[in-house]
Amino acid sequence: MSLLRLTNLTKTFGGLIAVNDVSMTVEQGSIVGLIGPNGAGKTTVFNLITGNYKPDSGTVEFDGEDLTGRPTHRIVVRGIARTFQTIRLFQNMSVLENVLAGCHCRMKSGLLSSLFRTRSQRAEERRALERAVHELEFVGLAAQHANLARNLSYGNQRLLEIARALASDPRFIILDEPAGGMNDHETAQLIDLIRAIRDRGITVLLIEHDMGLVMKVCEQLVVLEYGAVIAQGTPDAVKADPRVIEAYLGADDDL
Amino acid sequence: MNRRYAMYMVAAAAFATMPAFINPYWTDVLNTVGLYAILALSLNIILGHAGMFHMGHAAFYAVGAYTTAVLNVTFHVPVLWAMPAAGVLAALFALVVARPIIHLRGDYLLIVTIGIVEIVRIALVNNIFDMTGGANGIFGIARPELFGFKIRKPVHFFYLIWGFCAVTILLFHWLENSRFGRALNYIREDEVAAEGSGVNTAAYKLGAFVLGAFWAGMAGTLFAAKMTIISPESFSFWESVVMFTIVILGGMGSIRGVLLGAFLIVGLPEVFRELASARMLVFGAAMVAMMIFRTQGLLPPAPRHYDLRGIMSGTQTREERA
Repeated sequence: MSLLRLTNLTKTFGGLIAVNDVSMTVEQGSIVGLIGPNGAGKTTVFNLITGNYKPDSGTVEFDGEDLTGRPTHRIVVRGIARTFQTIRLFQNMSVLENVLAGCHCRMKSGLLSSLFRTRSQRAEERRALERAVHELEFVGLAAQHANLARNLSYGNQRLLEIARALASDPRFIILDEPAGGMNDHETAQLIDLIRAIRDRGITVLLIEHDMGLVMKVCEQLVVLEYGAVIAQGTPDAVKADPRVIEAYLGADDDL
Repeated sequence: MNRRYAMYMVAAAAFATMPAFINPYWTDVLNTVGLYAILALSLNIILGHAGMFHMGHAAFYAVGAYTTAVLNVTFHVPVLWAMPAAGVLAALFALVVARPIIHLRGDYLLIVTIGIVEIVRIALVNNIFDMTGGANGIFGIARPELFGFKIRKPVHFFYLIWGFCAVTILLFHWLENSRFGRALNYIREDEVAAEGSGVNTAAYKLGAFVLGAFWAGMAGTLFAAKMTIISPESFSFWESVVMFTIVILGGMGSIRGVLLGAFLIVGLPEVFRELASARMLVFGAAMVAMMIFRTQGLLPPAPRHYDLRGIMSGTQTREERA
């Protein structure tokens, strides 16, 4: 059974059909790429999965459970974490605290136990710190734990977003242009990181414009144009699909 | 870190001996500063930590003070026993009025909260429930008693108010360094990212309001006990502005900053009483200068300290290097 199943998702903004009757599935343990020209509706699909937008019609099923219309924080608890295309870190907080945000939904301490600093609250806090440091070590930012997020380089900010997402203990992670703003060396490391995430048993869905990365790391691709799926399959199959070539390069009028 | 705590303890102890060196008038000024410090600390949860522009805190303060007055004068409940009820009623009031407006951002929330404080004041003037005594207010509130000791003089109130303030500081300090405190900061920094990281933003924003109101309600009890007479004009929009200013001037999210702000905003005008006519001019100029040169407040919050000993492997922590 597929981990994620989108069925006939449609979302319009006024007269614009951003996502048009999109159906796709993501298998457990795979790395899937969602590609397409700018404005094709890729990020809107992500926002529909994570509950940032409510679809006009269609359903989002995760692990057999209908998540359509659920609030975002509930969806995170179900095990879907994400990063943002435009980096959305807590800029004036430390790197460590940013990752602790991901731990939040796996913690239980409430107002009273925090006010009175109970024993269980302190123990839980300790476990969260361990988890956060573990994720920072995983993405290679542990040495910078005390820096403010805004003082990190652009590439490291992307990594920090990934660490924050991983700290929520997801089964499924959605990366929105993870290589955006990275140099070649950083992108090469990112490919290893994405594979390492999958090797932890976390399914990956990503949007990326860097075709080198997409072709190397993704096992399945879904191509969107004008909000609709125009092709899906293995990278090689998609690369050869005439409709995809047309979408990216334009049709030859002489033909 | 421990040296800093020791310094705070010494400063607190020195402050506790203050009433021995100053006359009752100045002790009373310090009491007022303490009261505003408690109020501003409670507002700091909402405004400083969660970043919600809330300018109606005097409404919750009023609910607490009037609850205390009514319980004491009409039902003869001892004043300090009324404190939990004052807090709970203010918190419930906050829950009811904040729930529908919790999604508002920035200045929109500001406008609505100004509305709340005005509605409460006018309701009190109009003798709502036939219990609030209209424009005259309620008088004859009994002096509080603590373990059989009657609290009457300014010096007695000094220890009551500043003792309560010390407990507030300690509890709020713990709260700041917890999951709850961090969640509020995530919301202030980026609400979408907070929600996307799994924080139930609506619930936490409401929680901040309820907690802040609970504390302001309890501060209302202290105010009623100190004044023995309360009237609607004690809870005007201006009071909300003063609390708001203390938090912004001192430093949003900073306990030290809020305490400093309370001394500057409430204490300093008393020091310069002779220059009363120029006070507001200087005050206004100072605020303008602040907004230009030091937008984060006088004492912005220090970064939180996390004890990573035994957690960090391979890489040195900053503390170990130092």
